[in-house]
Amino acid sequence: MSLIEAIRSALSAIGANALRSALTMLGIIIGVAAVIAMVAIGSGARERVDSQIKSLGANLAIIQAGNVTQGGVRLGAGASSTLTDEDARAVAAEVEDVVASASVITTRAQAVYAGTNWSTTITATDLDFFAAREWGLAEGRLFEPEELRRGEIVAIIGQTVAKNLFGDSDPLGQMFRIRNVPFKVIGVMAGKGQSALGQDQDDVIFVPLDTGRRRIVGRNYARDRSVQTIMVKFASEAAINPGIEQTRALLRQRHRLMEDQEDDFIVRNLTEIANTATAAASTLSWLLAAVAGVSLLVGGIGIMNIMLVSVTERTREIGLRLAVGARQRDVLSQFLIEATTLATIGGAVGIALGIGAATAIARFAGWPFVISPQTILIAVGVSGLIGVFFGFYPARQAARLDPIEALRRE
Amino acid sequence: MPLIEVRDLSRVYDLDSGRVTALGGVSLDIEAGELVAVMGPSGSGKSTFMNLVGCLDRPTGGHYRLDGAAVETLSGDGLAELRNRKLGFVFQQFNLLPRVDACANVELPMVYAGLDGKTRRERALNALARVGLAERAHHRPMQLSGGQQQRVAIARALVNQPRLLLADEPTGALDSRTALEILALFQDLNREGVTVVLVTHDAEVARHARRVVRFRDGHVIADIRQEPADARAALAVHDSAAPMPEAAE
Repeated sequence: MSLIEAIRSALSAIGANALRSALTMLGIIIGVAAVIAMVAIGSGARERVDSQIKSLGANLAIIQAGNVTQGGVRLGAGASSTLTDEDARAVAAEVEDVVASASVITTRAQAVYAGTNWSTTITATDLDFFAAREWGLAEGRLFEPEELRRGEIVAIIGQTVAKNLFGDSDPLGQMFRIRNVPFKVIGVMAGKGQSALGQDQDDVIFVPLDTGRRRIVGRNYARDRSVQTIMVKFASEAAINPGIEQTRALLRQRHRLMEDQEDDFIVRNLTEIANTATAAASTLSWLLAAVAGVSLLVGGIGIMNIMLVSVTERTREIGLRLAVGARQRDVLSQFLIEATTLATIGGAVGIALGIGAATAIARFAGWPFVISPQTILIAVGVSGLIGVFFGFYPARQAARLDPIEALRRE
Repeated sequence: MPLIEVRDLSRVYDLDSGRVTALGGVSLDIEAGELVAVMGPSGSGKSTFMNLVGCLDRPTGGHYRLDGAAVETLSGDGLAELRNRKLGFVFQQFNLLPRVDACANVELPMVYAGLDGKTRRERALNALARVGLAERAHHRPMQLSGGQQQRVAIARALVNQPRLLLADEPTGALDSRTALEILALFQDLNREGVTVVLVTHDAEVARHARRVVRFRDGHVIADIRQEPADARAALAVHDSAAPMPEAAE
């Protein structure tokens, strides 16, 4: 009997007891679905972290101006303006393995060009920012050191701003206004897309740090050298944590904090934040793996059970097959193929269900998911193997039947 | 050389309650082309004899040659091949597979003979035509009468052109008229050269054989030749006495 015929005959045997077969497959279905969902979510989470790191720039730490206590009132993060661009320069100069240390001040403002206007994020910063974010230009140029030093009114715009303010015309060299200050466009950034949180990173205008501080943010910052955040890029992932410790020590010293005083700044390891997401996803993955393992085992036992029932029910059929010339191995392979077909169908249904579950979980938790052809092949292979493994004992029972006894059985 | 050559054949069962001799040293020859009835009450050893002759069981003593092959020396696979190529079985309960049609049932022995699908279908339809069921090839057993089911089973037994047709109480589950039809079919097949062994406890069935071998307590107690009753003639008489519609096509 050819394999295709054997499978067709197995399918007809399975179809003859459709409900029973479906119930038997349930364990395999749930098990395989859990495996598929697990792998899809696990690799999706990994991919998201990778893309987050890629879009942020790798090995970043962020220093925010932090909590200050004034007369017993704790004002929370960002309330003070304790950080300065001199801090940023000091970090660059004194902390080991620092590749870039950018001062950043961010605000929102309306940009006006000819008849149109557009509300966007204004980021006042220096050249280290572009190095830290690993972000290049689409056209034009970055700020000249002289422009930064003198606080000239030039701007580099993101793709979204370019499209909304200038439409199809070339923005390079054009003048537009922010808070009535005329800026000249000297560059357009390359597209960066959405951030991990769904923000449009291209909806931004960069201006030199001093220009932003004096002309856009206004008086508050004009008196001093303060900045909102300092973005520090380290040479490697391993350098981040020692670097953060050194940075803290350096800033405490520069801010003349006493032993018993809290930090007036907050340092965050962005790579670590991204990795937390992976940890959560991997917890879920392990949970699903446990469900999958148990379900597959129970499913396998279910298949073994139903095959034993089937062998008992079809004893006369087996006797007849032996009488007309089936060898033991013919009967063995018939029942093995039946068990394997049963398990594989369960696996296929499980794959469909698993993709559905992964889609649902991904949508609910806001995680991406990835389903590779290898995952599906492995799932089919595993369910087939379960069929062979748990089908072997019943099939051997069938093959070892005595034809006389089998034919006599009612 | 006889088709079946049995010498001092015995079968002893070791049971918890002791040794039971089901067959105690039987010697018998059956020539090709015979129509033999094996008779005896239950426990006489006739079923044991049939199982041994049918290569479904192994003797505990003696020798059995089927068509020249020493059966007691064969392996399990060897016996399976012998059953497949040289023997055709017909059972009291027909033993058809309920899920597939008549044609597929008849194909079954050829599946294990390793024939391809096209040849199988062709030969199965021929065999069904030979037992008068060409029209019913695609009916499932449930859609056929008892007599028709037994014809399908006979077609299945014939399809590999066996040397011997072994029928175990083939009319036991049929009414008397249908039984006559089946016996007539065996007689027709025998006239065409098929060797038939009928195992039965029913003297009425045995009347239709040319030779009757009687078993009792594991031994042959009689081996007689007779002029067989003609099943077709009996059918004609039966139908003229009590007119009935044809049960089978």
